[in-house]
Parts: sequence; structure tokens; C-alpha cells
Amino acid sequence: MTAFAIGRFASISYRAWAVLGVVVLLALGAMLVDIPYLGGFVDWLINRVPPTFSLIVQYATPIAFAALCGVMCERSGVVNIGIEGLMLTAAFVAFLAGAYLGPVVGTPWAALLGVGFAVLASMLLSLLHAWLSITIKADQIISGAVIIILAAGGTAFFNQLLVSTSGLSGTLILPHLSIPREITTIPFLGPILLALFNQGPIAMSLIVCVVGLQILLFRSRWGLRTRAVGEHPKAADTVGIDVYFVRYRNVVLGGGFAGLGGAFLTTELSNSFQDGMTGGVGFIGLAAMIFGRWTPVGAFAAALLFGAVQSAQLTLRIPSSAPPGELGELVAALPPEFFGILPYLVTIVVLAGVVGRAIPPAADGIPYDKESRS
Amino acid sequence: MTDQRTEGAPVTGEVVRAPALEMRGITKHFPGVRANDGIDLEVRPGEIHALLGENGAGKSTLMNILYGLLAPDSGEVLLDGQVVGISGPSDAIARGIGMVHQHFMLVPVFTVAENIVLGNETMANPIFLDAHKADDRIRELARQLGFEIDPSAIVGDLSVGIQQRIEILKALYRGAKVLILDEPTAVLTPQETVEIFEVLKRLAAEGTSIVFISHKLYEVLEIADRITVIRRGKVVGQADPTTATEEDLAEMMVGREVSLVVDKGVATPGDVVLRAENVSVADDRGSVVVDSIAFEVRAGEILGIAGVAGNGQAELVEALTGLRRVASGRITLDDEDITNHSPRSLTERNVAYIPGDRQRFGLVLPYPVEDNLVLTDYHKAPYSRNGVIDERAISRRAAQLIPEFDIRTPSGAVPTSTLSGGNQQKLIVAREFSRPLRLLIADQPTRGIDVGSIEFIHKQIVAKRDAGTAVLLVSAELDEVLELSDRIAVIYRGRIVATVDGATAEKERIGLIMATGEATGPRVEGAA
Amino acid sequence: MTTERGATGGGMSVDPTTLLGTGGGLGRQVLVTSIAVLGGLLVGALLIILSGALQPGGTLDFGLPLVAYRALLDGALLCEEGFQDVGILCEEGGVLDLRALGNTLNASTPLIMTGLAVAFGFRAGLFNIGAQGQFLLGAFASTLIGANLVGVPFPAAAAIAILAGALGGALWGFIPGALKAWRGAHEVVTTIMLNFVAALSLRYLANGPFRDPGATFSRTPDIQPGAVLPTPIDGSPMHWGIVVAILVAVAVWFLLFKTTLGFEIRTVGANPHAARYAGIRPRLITILTMTLAGSMAGIGGAAEGLGITKNYPAEYGTSYGFDGIAVALLGRAHPIGVVGAALLFGVMRAGAGSMQRQTDIPIDIITIVQGMILLFVAAEVVIRRLLPAARARRVSAAAAA
Repeated sequence: MTAFAIGRFASISYRAWAVLGVVVLLALGAMLVDIPYLGGFVDWLINRVPPTFSLIVQYATPIAFAALCGVMCERSGVVNIGIEGLMLTAAFVAFLAGAYLGPVVGTPWAALLGVGFAVLASMLLSLLHAWLSITIKADQIISGAVIIILAAGGTAFFNQLLVSTSGLSGTLILPHLSIPREITTIPFLGPILLALFNQGPIAMSLIVCVVGLQILLFRSRWGLRTRAVGEHPKAADTVGIDVYFVRYRNVVLGGGFAGLGGAFLTTELSNSFQDGMTGGVGFIGLAAMIFGRWTPVGAFAAALLFGAVQSAQLTLRIPSSAPPGELGELVAALPPEFFGILPYLVTIVVLAGVVGRAIPPAADGIPYDKESRS
Repeated sequence: MTDQRTEGAPVTGEVVRAPALEMRGITKHFPGVRANDGIDLEVRPGEIHALLGENGAGKSTLMNILYGLLAPDSGEVLLDGQVVGISGPSDAIARGIGMVHQHFMLVPVFTVAENIVLGNETMANPIFLDAHKADDRIRELARQLGFEIDPSAIVGDLSVGIQQRIEILKALYRGAKVLILDEPTAVLTPQETVEIFEVLKRLAAEGTSIVFISHKLYEVLEIADRITVIRRGKVVGQADPTTATEEDLAEMMVGREVSLVVDKGVATPGDVVLRAENVSVADDRGSVVVDSIAFEVRAGEILGIAGVAGNGQAELVEALTGLRRVASGRITLDDEDITNHSPRSLTERNVAYIPGDRQRFGLVLPYPVEDNLVLTDYHKAPYSRNGVIDERAISRRAAQLIPEFDIRTPSGAVPTSTLSGGNQQKLIVAREFSRPLRLLIADQPTRGIDVGSIEFIHKQIVAKRDAGTAVLLVSAELDEVLELSDRIAVIYRGRIVATVDGATAEKERIGLIMATGEATGPRVEGAA
Repeated sequence: MTTERGATGGGMSVDPTTLLGTGGGLGRQVLVTSIAVLGGLLVGALLIILSGALQPGGTLDFGLPLVAYRALLDGALLCEEGFQDVGILCEEGGVLDLRALGNTLNASTPLIMTGLAVAFGFRAGLFNIGAQGQFLLGAFASTLIGANLVGVPFPAAAAIAILAGALGGALWGFIPGALKAWRGAHEVVTTIMLNFVAALSLRYLANGPFRDPGATFSRTPDIQPGAVLPTPIDGSPMHWGIVVAILVAVAVWFLLFKTTLGFEIRTVGANPHAARYAGIRPRLITILTMTLAGSMAGIGGAAEGLGITKNYPAEYGTSYGFDGIAVALLGRAHPIGVVGAALLFGVMRAGAGSMQRQTDIPIDIITIVQGMILLFVAAEVVIRRLLPAARARRVSAAAAA
């Protein structure tokens, strides 16, 4: 188990570790010596930031689910840029189902059923992507683009048709688990626990999904075969693994994760739907997947990072949670778009190979052709 | 060798067992070629049986049939005396047949254990793998074969020799009773070869039957208990390693027939045109595959480089044509240093190239025939002026070249992909030959094309020679090299090990040198 | 056993022969494309019937699609009787509504440009998803420069502004091109990322440093009169942008098929190895192609900015970049095809409003139809690819026998 854990950590490049090390040293130094810009910074870090953890998790949840979908697909060798479309569809279906079922079964059951339908819808749409990519062997990027366009048009169309004109309103949002005060006041750990557990069911299931997927991907037979199919499908084929079936299954199951992420937006974060409300979160999820080196835990960590950056747009505006001193002024003066851009810029930097090489599974994006036997 | 393996005679008290594997009358056709023609093969339990033959003799086809990758047109396969039908690799594996391919089927980023158990995983419960059990079993199997292995090592970091052992372990882990090894020593160093032979001997002692496909005479004599020789799809005969010599084997493998000879006159070589001075080139993995090679080609002569594929010829040719970096050494053309020059620079200096993989380097298949005919000249007048292409000039050129080089195509405007292999090659010849040339580099110029086109291209090459071009011919077809070359150089492990006169060269001797790398006299009989 | 990841950046790069099919003759391509379009329209018809049924008090009206499509054409092109038009420009007994036609051409203009941007990339084996960002850069640069060309007359001012737009787009194409050529970064992901970077950065700039203080909504200052693209036909909103677009399309056609550079670009896209042997440098071509493609999308942004919006609004919500992908694929990455596909989509866009007014069908149905057309194109191309390959094998087998 230790070798496994160390191995996973070692997959993050040395340069990234070096950067992290420098940051930690600076922080420690600031605690001991009064460094001008950083004065009060660590104090801010310890006292002011933790209350924002909850918000960070909420921002991170859809990103993480999108990233998990990406990991499932790309680990078996299928590129899926249509995650944005999957999530949008799921968000709409969750909203619609919840709205229709609300008067029938009451909340929160209507919302939960909405989530179920959303996951189903997303998996069906993923099936389309799988069919185009695996059986038809169409270009996987185009297939993803088709998904996005159909989802954008479809959700807007039915939104207009069924919702805007009829004044349908969403069911109530899923309730958050409440944490007793005794726990939340524990220094350090308290806010973290609050952030992780004072959430609705979907956000809480995220951590289970991440850990579960990580363990399954690297320790189970399913995971082994998935990774083999993504790295060297012919080797897998010659030992009798059905490459097509493995890819189909993973793409559809991955769609389930995207469904959860999309449903989160309209059942847990809010209870309304707007056209295009996913706002690129599917793509940030892809960025998180790449940044996280195609591992569930890595993707989750990247999603938290990106979520933190995105939530910073809001939290830094609030004086009490902005950093103090000159640094604080500097940060507060940054436009919100800066934080919006950061995840994308970081991903480009990663892809440019500046912070270690971003190597996807070897057969990623290449349709498998059984006939090409040498 | 123990008594059990002596041909025919059973040891007293022992029951004569059925052969572990028998293939009877296997025949397989591909379009235009009879890959296997009534082949019989019999392998006893615990025997190392070598299958010997040249490239293209049909060995791989036979084994692909055994492994279920191909279905024979006729004939049957028997395992332990029972006729079986093998539907695919999984079926073959289930019946105890394991195959170690020439190109390893290993996932580089996986550990040794992960690679070995893939598809046949040892489970602790329905979901999770039992890594400990798998690791223990792998270590045990390896120990039985006389070596240690770390199941958690990453395969991509391991040497080729160890990777091959992993492939063997993979087969054994699934309970293989018959193990097929396809050219296993092709990628090994001499030391690794010694080690793998130890492993194989142990394996045979345990009762596993081994089919060892090779063209390397020395090794086959050393490791095999019996040898079956195949030539052009037929079994030529069997050999007993205790009595056979390399010459015997070479003769069986290569045959004494006189091949078609093109009517070529005597060459009158002029000055040295191409000179390679201690050139070393690395392959994609970084290993040195051309090792300080040195040779020269004169104007008006054809130097043929004979060698088994994989001895560095491909990389050498790529280095000579500017498509691969030269690691060290010098290449000169008419005494001008052209080392690491770009392809276009060489084309400007009247160097022409017929590529071995024509569809990759020589042609743009979707393009019309006429565009491919000007692929190296499109940027020059009269095909383009000031950056604008003159389509009519291109069409006129095509109209001229197509009949001149006998390219069978309805017109110059059809996509090149609709042409047959032979005509595609003639297109390349037309493009490269239709100007005065100092040097022609022809790599497998007639691979996979019809007899008529072969004849045409050979005539063209000789004509160029007679016009004063220096020709470097690289071919895995020994017949072709013998037929065309004025001088023959044999390449072995990236070096020229022998240079002989083309007119007096003997096929068996060349074949022997190609297979062993030894240019000395015949081996003394009986030496191990 | 080679994995060609280095040269082509992994499996995510495009093989134009996959998309465009190997040859197959013009007639065949047109037929296949038409089938895709008809398929999309059929699905649209089904959805129209469905939407009719789902309206409050609606019924299953099988004739509704015909009415809807006629309304679409009315809003986009024709003088139809019986439809309430918002201002028409029809002559006595005329067929074409010049006002509607003007709207259509205006809607087609940016699509032609982004379609060309994507198609041009395809030809070199590159997937240019960044047309959106390149378009925005072009819109911003052109309107910003255009706002500052005080006293400069038309056409000089407009020309300078368009050039600025081209340069802006070129920059946004150069970045992913260079990243691909020098660092091997997949252009698919980098261009997607850059789209967002562009949208957000420009929003900030339009909201902040470059904001027009007197405007009612967040935007940059209006461009000077000399930079505005005029509308030559009285009563029709059609502006000169369409002319620019057609000219660029012709230039691209010439470049691709009549020049040595175009030959080199297409060769790299078709077979990078043979290209190397032919003396072409794939990396240079990659950078050049992406830069030029970016400039095309940038000109599209300039046309839109100088002809329609006349400034850069901070919340610039367009999908022209993404639609460009659909246009490029439908148009088989050929400039003529791109123009045709752009016109088709332009008709749909311009007429959708009219269709919604007449029949209460949400305009988003157009997006669905476009998506379905793209789906049919994607599935179709592969089927077509199998056919010529099978035929070629038979031919060569027969020739070899």
C-alpha cells in the first residue's frame, strides 16, 4: 500500500513539488519574520480563509464530476470534449423532472428523482458519443462537438417550450447536512469538516466517488483492464479483452458522473435553470483532469484548486475575507475575470510542458480497429 | 541430450506419448501468394523445436494459425493427439498455447505483475486483484526458470531481454504447455541470448514444448532438439542439430535455384560518389543501430546491401536521405559533406530516393497522380512561378511521364490510392528517375509488387547505372540483391561484415553471412 | 510498431482524409452533404410537430413543419404572402425580400469567416476550435482601432480597422500554433482554453480600461464613421462585410489550391512524412496555418464589429466560433463548401426569428437542426471513407493478379 501511495505522489513532477516547497517555506518564514508584503498574510490564511471552504467545495463539485467523467473516458482511450453538453443536459433534466414531480411526490424526493433522471439522460447522451467514437470511429472531437451543440440547442428549445411559457418553477434544493457546533469550532479541522459535510448529497457523494474511483482504477480488475485498453488496446485484445465493450461501458458510466455534476447545479446549488448555465465548467473539468494527470484524486485536487480560484472572485470582494496589507489591496484590485482566467492559463502552461510533462493514456483519442492485425 | 529426445526410439519402459503439438497439411493462401503449402509439423512434449526459414518463408503465418489469429484454408491442428479448432487467441490460451510475439504486447506504464495478469487476473474477491498472490506466483515461476524478477517494476524501464522473459512468464502464468517464440533473439544482445536460452532449456525440462521461430543458424543449432526448415511456404526438410552444420541449414533455407537474371552488362565504375565514414545512427529508442559503418559507392555501379531486416538498414537509409539524424561520422557526396543535410538539399544535389515504405515517405495517397509526380519539384519552375502553381505544366509533365514509365492509370488526375502497388512504385520511379542523378538510393524497391512491375523497375535501375549514376540498393530480398548488384555488402548489427563481388557471389554463402555475421570460412563439423 | 504521437500530437489531431473522404468526386460529396442537411431538417420537422403539440392548447399538426419552414424562408429570403413581416423590401411581384436577404447575408458573414478559419486548419491536419477566441480578438481589436481613427475617411479607416482585426485574430491563432509546433501541446485543448481566456479578458477590458463612460451598457466606444461598413442597398441592412467575406473565401481558395504554400499545407495535412521528404517543414506550416486561420476568424470579428455592433460589448455572447466548426465540416473544408454551408446556416439564423413569431416555435430549434446535420455529417463521412477504401483494394488486387 505504501509503495502504491508513494508511486502516486511521485507522479507529480519534481518541479511542482519544488514550487509547493517554496510556497510553504515562504509561509513559514512569514510566520516567524515580519516580511512586508506577507505581513499578516499567514494570519489571514489561517483565520479568514477557512470559512470560505464550503464555498470552494461548491464551486469545485461540478468541476470535479466533470473531471471524473473525463478520467473514465480518457483512461480507456476515448476523448470526450462534450462533457459540457452532458452536464447542461443533466442540469435541465434534473430541473424539469424535479419541477414536474414536485407536486406529485413532494421535496426532497422530487429532487432526488430529478437527479436520477439527470444521470440517466447524461448516460444516454454519452451512449451517442460512444457509438460515434467507437463503432462509427468518427473523429472523437467532432463527436464531442455534436454533443455540445445538441445539448445547447435541445435544452434551450425545451426550456423555452416547457418552462418559460408555462411558468414552471423548480423544486426546492436538496438539504444540506448540518454539523453540530462542537465540531465546527475545532481549529483547522473544523472548517474542513464543515466544508466537506455541510453539503447536499451530491457534493458529499463526490468524495466517495473520487476515492472509490481511485481505488478501483488502480486496484481492481475493471481498472486494470480499463487502463490497458487506454494504453495499449492491441495488447489487451490479444489477451482476450473486448476493447469495444470496455470503452462503451466506461464512456457511459463516465456520463453518469457528468450527470451528477450537472444535476448538482439545479438541485443542490440552486433550483432554477438558465440557458447555458454550465458556463464552461465542463471544460474546466477537462483542464482539471489534465492538471491532475488523469487520476481521480489528482483531478479532485485540481478541481478544488480551480474551485478556490473561482470562488476567490467572490470572497476577495468581501473586506473581512480579503488578505490584509498591500498584498490584500493588490489582490482586491484584481478584476474577477483574472480569477476566471487562471484555471485556463494554468492548463495551457501544464500542456506546454513547463511543469512536467502531461502525458495522457497512450491510445487516447485513437479509434481502435480490430482488423489492423500485424 | 537425454534419451527421451532421440528421434524415433522410445526409452525402454516408457510409453510413447503423442506429440504435444501436430500440424498436418496446413495450407493458407493470401491474394497472390501461397504463404503455407501443405506444411506438417510435429513437436514432442518437452522439446525445443526450431522452425527455420527466410523472411517471408511462411513461419509467422503458420504460427498465427496455431495461435488462432488466422484460419487455415485446409489442414488440421492436433493437441495431445486430438484434433482441435482454434477460434482465436483466447481459445488458444485456454488450450495451453502461449505466444511470445516479435513485437511485445506489453503495456509500458504497467508493472510486471499487471502485465502478466492482464486478462487472466488473480482475484482476492470479485472486484479487487490479489496482488500478493499474483506477485508470489510470478516470483515462483521466475525462480523455476532460473531468474529473479521484481513484480512491481515498471515494464517500460526494463531492458528488452527482461521484457521478453516477462512475455514468457505471461504465457506460463496461463498454464501454457506449448510456447511459441517468434524470432525471440532478434532484439537481444549476445549476453541476453545466452540467458534466455538457459530459461528455455529449463522450461523444456519441465515438460513445456517450445516452438522457436528463427532464421539465425548458429542459435538454432545450439538450442534446438529438432529443426524443421521452411522455404517459400513448404517444408524443405528436417535437420538434426547434432549432425547438421550451418552450411547444411543455409543450403536448405535458401536453396540452390538460379534466379531470374536481368541482362546487365559489366559495370564500369568511375569515381567515388557516396562515401560513408564511420557513420553511427540511433533508432527511435536511442539505441545505436548503425555502428560506425563505412562503405563507398562509385558512379556507374550498383552496391547492394544484403541483410536480414532489422540490422540497421532502415535507419541507415533514413540517415542517408536526410530523414534521420546522424549521431556521428560523415557522409560525403562527391567529396562534399552532406551529413545531416535536409531532404530538399539532397534532392537539389541530384540524389534520388525510392523509399521502402512508399505509402509513408514516398507518396501522398489522396493526391492525384500528377501531383505526386512533382512532389519534390513543385516549388520550382515550370511547375510554379512566384509561388503560384501552374497546373497545366504539371499535367503536361504527367502526360509525358505516365507512358514513359508504364504507369497503368486512367489519367493523371485520379487519386494515387487507386493505383496498384506496382504502379505506385513506378510513379515514384518516374518521379525520381526523370532527371540526371548522381546517386540513387533504392530501399526495398520491389516489395509487394507484381512481377511485371518488378522487371520494369529493375531495368530502370540498371539503365541509371549505365548512365553513370551511383546506385545503393538495400533489399531484404536476397535474390534481388544478387541479380542487380555489382558489389554486395552484407550488413549485420549495423556494420558491414563482408563485401563480395556481385558476379561471383554464391547465394548460400551470402545467406550464411547474413544470418551469422561471420565472414570467415565454413564451420568445422561438430563444433557446438 | 510506431506510435506517431510526436509528430501529430496524439490521437486528437485531425486527418483531413478522414473528414473529407478520399476523393469520391464532387457529385458524390454534394449528394452526401445534401442527405445530411435533409436529415437535419427532417429531425427539425419532427421537433416542430412535437412543439406544436406541447403548446398550451396545441395539437399534433403534421402540416406545421411546412408552415414553419416557409416562415423561416420568409424571414430570411423570400416575399411570402400571409406572413406578418417586420418591414419588408419587396418589389411588386418580386421573389426576394431584400431586407430579409440582407439579414441573411449579414448572419452568414461571420460564419463564412469562422468556417474558413476552421477549414483552413483542417487542411493542415489541425483542429482549430479556437475560432471563437480569434473572432473575439478580431472584433475587439477592430472596434478599438476603429474608435480611434478620428477624421479618417472610409474606406481607409475601415481597411485599417479590418487589418487590426486580422492581426488580433492572427495572434490568437499563433499562440496555439506555436505551442503545438514547439512544445507538442494538443491544439484542441489549448484553443478551447484560449477561447475562455479571450472572452474573459476582453470582457474585463471592455468593462474597465476601455469602457465607454457615456454608454448605457458596458462596451467600448463606438467606432468612428469612417470605419463603419456601410449598407449600400437602401432599406436593406446588408453591409459590406459579406463582400469582404466572399473575397477572403476566394483568396483562401486560391491560396490552398493554386499556390505552392497551399500545396505544402495540404501535403502536411495529408501525409506529414512524405511532406518532410518533399522538403516541407511541418512545424513551420503548423504555425503559419494557425496564424492565418486566426486572422480569418479575426476578420470575421472585424466584419461583425464594424458592420453590426460598431463597438465591443463586454458581454459579447456569440457562438460564431463554434458554429464555424459545423460550417467547416458541412462544407467539407473547401472554401466553396464553407460559403455554401455558411449561407445555409445564415438562412436558418435569420429566419428563425420570423419562424418563432409566426408559429411560437423556439428559435433554438435551429441549433438542434445544426447539431443533427453535424451528426449526420460525422457518421456519413466514415461510411463514405470505407467505400473508396474498399474499392481501391479491389482495384489494386485486380491489378496485382
